[in-house]
Amino acid sequence: MPVMTMIQAIRAGLDEALETDPRVMIVGEDVGALGGVFRATDGLQAKYGEARVVDMPLAEASIVGAALGLAVSGMRPIAEIQFLGFAHQAFHQIGQQVARMRFRSQGHCAVPLVLRAAFGGGVRTPELHSDAFEAFYAHCPGLKVVMPATAYDAKGLLATAIADPDPVLFCEPLRGYRLVKDDVPDEPYRVPFGQLRIARAGREVTLVAWSAAVQLAERAADALAAGGISAEVLDLRTLNPLDVDGLAAAVARTGRCVVVQEAPLSGGFGAEVVATLVETAFYHLQAPVERVSAPDTPYPLAGVEDFYLPSVDDVVHAARRTLAAA
Amino acid sequence: MVNVLDPSGTLAAGTASPLDDDEVLAALRLMKLSRAFDAKGASLQRQGRFGTFSQVAGQEASVVGSAWALDPVRDWIVPQYRELPALLRHGYPLSNFIRYFQGNPAGGAIPDGVNLLPIQISIAAQLPHAVGLAWGLQRQAKDAVVLVYFGDGASSEGDFHEACNLAGLVGAPVVFFLQNNGWAISTPRRKQSAGRTLAERAAAYGFPGAVVDGNDLFAVYAETARAVARARDGGGPTLIESVTRRLGPHNTADDPTRYVDPADAEHWRALDPIDRVERYLVQRDAHHAARIAAFDADVAGEIERALADADGGDAVNRDQLFAHVYADPPVRVVRQRAQRVLGDR
Repeated sequence: MPVMTMIQAIRAGLDEALETDPRVMIVGEDVGALGGVFRATDGLQAKYGEARVVDMPLAEASIVGAALGLAVSGMRPIAEIQFLGFAHQAFHQIGQQVARMRFRSQGHCAVPLVLRAAFGGGVRTPELHSDAFEAFYAHCPGLKVVMPATAYDAKGLLATAIADPDPVLFCEPLRGYRLVKDDVPDEPYRVPFGQLRIARAGREVTLVAWSAAVQLAERAADALAAGGISAEVLDLRTLNPLDVDGLAAAVARTGRCVVVQEAPLSGGFGAEVVATLVETAFYHLQAPVERVSAPDTPYPLAGVEDFYLPSVDDVVHAARRTLAAA
Repeated sequence: MVNVLDPSGTLAAGTASPLDDDEVLAALRLMKLSRAFDAKGASLQRQGRFGTFSQVAGQEASVVGSAWALDPVRDWIVPQYRELPALLRHGYPLSNFIRYFQGNPAGGAIPDGVNLLPIQISIAAQLPHAVGLAWGLQRQAKDAVVLVYFGDGASSEGDFHEACNLAGLVGAPVVFFLQNNGWAISTPRRKQSAGRTLAERAAAYGFPGAVVDGNDLFAVYAETARAVARARDGGGPTLIESVTRRLGPHNTADDPTRYVDPADAEHWRALDPIDRVERYLVQRDAHHAARIAAFDADVAGEIERALADADGGDAVNRDQLFAHVYADPPVRVVRQRAQRVLGDR
């Protein structure tokens, strides 16, 4: 089985979709000759033509809004938003239009649309690119939110997203595009939504993460293991649908939990995870659930980015606090 | 400004009616149905039996003339919220419209084969949808044109500019039908744009724009038919600015006495688009008067039947919160439905 980087896996998934379904088209900024600023669509316009891999004018609301119309017409559009930070300029189309067109039309107008967006920080982008705003979208009923952490999952979850009859926001951790590599089958496969992955088995404390924070949690688990502590790492994979039962069962096994997110603390999706655990695993908890996150401040310039993002040390200390509790 | 029929009901020199008398009579009946429904809906709203809604009054020629240029079998309408007679001509049942504005989600249902997107409330958000829809239908070699309604206020939104820009680039078979009715709630047209017309913006996006007398059924129909034919022949989009006037409030919650100059209202009432068509028909043939006179009772009956159908439909129920959110709902939503609908606590 070939080893692929995340960006190679995503590109392979897009290629497979274009190859197998003539209704699929890719629309976005710089997706053609350039192959996307991260090369997710490298070579696809040359292979499938300008009518199927379309360089769009620089206007996010109409990329998303037109993709809605394409989907209603019978196409299967995959729209690329260059950075999730730019999706604010399309937020009304995503939250009010795409997510609830099925509902507003009583099922008459389904919107099978995949919105791909590079997500998160850690790569020294200019301002306003890198905020982890996944919670905004997880709060939009009707929109599924998918957050792969591995190359295998990226391809398999992308295939599931493209096959889904409803809209999916597919967030790609740009820090992991080339750093994350793992075994990816050449043949088609799907990873189901709503089933978390145990990224690493452990016994004493559960670290819950999604997207690039999964690798952070795994490094923290390594550090904890060096100190004799067995930490389990959960990768939620999808925020909507959330694997409510899998989460509760896993945390019940250890009784101790740290939720790791790249976003600012207050109102982040980590709060949803903690609230879910309070509802479903309260009597199994041996210690208060900890959250590790960015501070409640704007994503900063690159020079101070490393002070802003949660670190391995932050996770290790939080895990140790849960273990020190009575 | 394109004009065919003057306020006295006389054809302008060198023009001909683009519609035969039977079609003009049918269009007039629809205009009168719309006007009668405006009155009925407002009355029911005051009694608490109907929700907040926007009347068409004053814009009937603009709405009916444009819709008349489409083929409901092939073509699509992407509406805003003040185009009732266009929706009816395209096949949307009046009883659904009533249920929607009574607050019953079932009213949003669009029957199979009716080429409509839902009524749009978020100003201008439907414009990129219409472009994508037209582009996608063209990509699938379907013989279809999309007409999208919006207003002078919507023309200030970013979505309008983004949609026009994209439509010009991809050559989408779409007609942007801008009803300049003078008002965006209370904000007059002159405060929306320093541009001389709104239609002239089309040139910047690489396609034609036209200004028509929106109270002239024939001018609206002829200009829209031209744009539809161009789109059908692969000629791409057109922006039509239909200059008309809203005679009533923005909606049933509005108070236009705070911002409308009575003299201006009087001026526009004299240009009533329905009177103009009636005068034309009676001048053509005195026998039409009797047919026109029969319309009032006829449309009143149709409205009563639609109200009865709406009242006879399924009542609102809790399952409507969940029924059409997802094809495959997340487990959490399944459980919420079990609690809220089935009482499983």
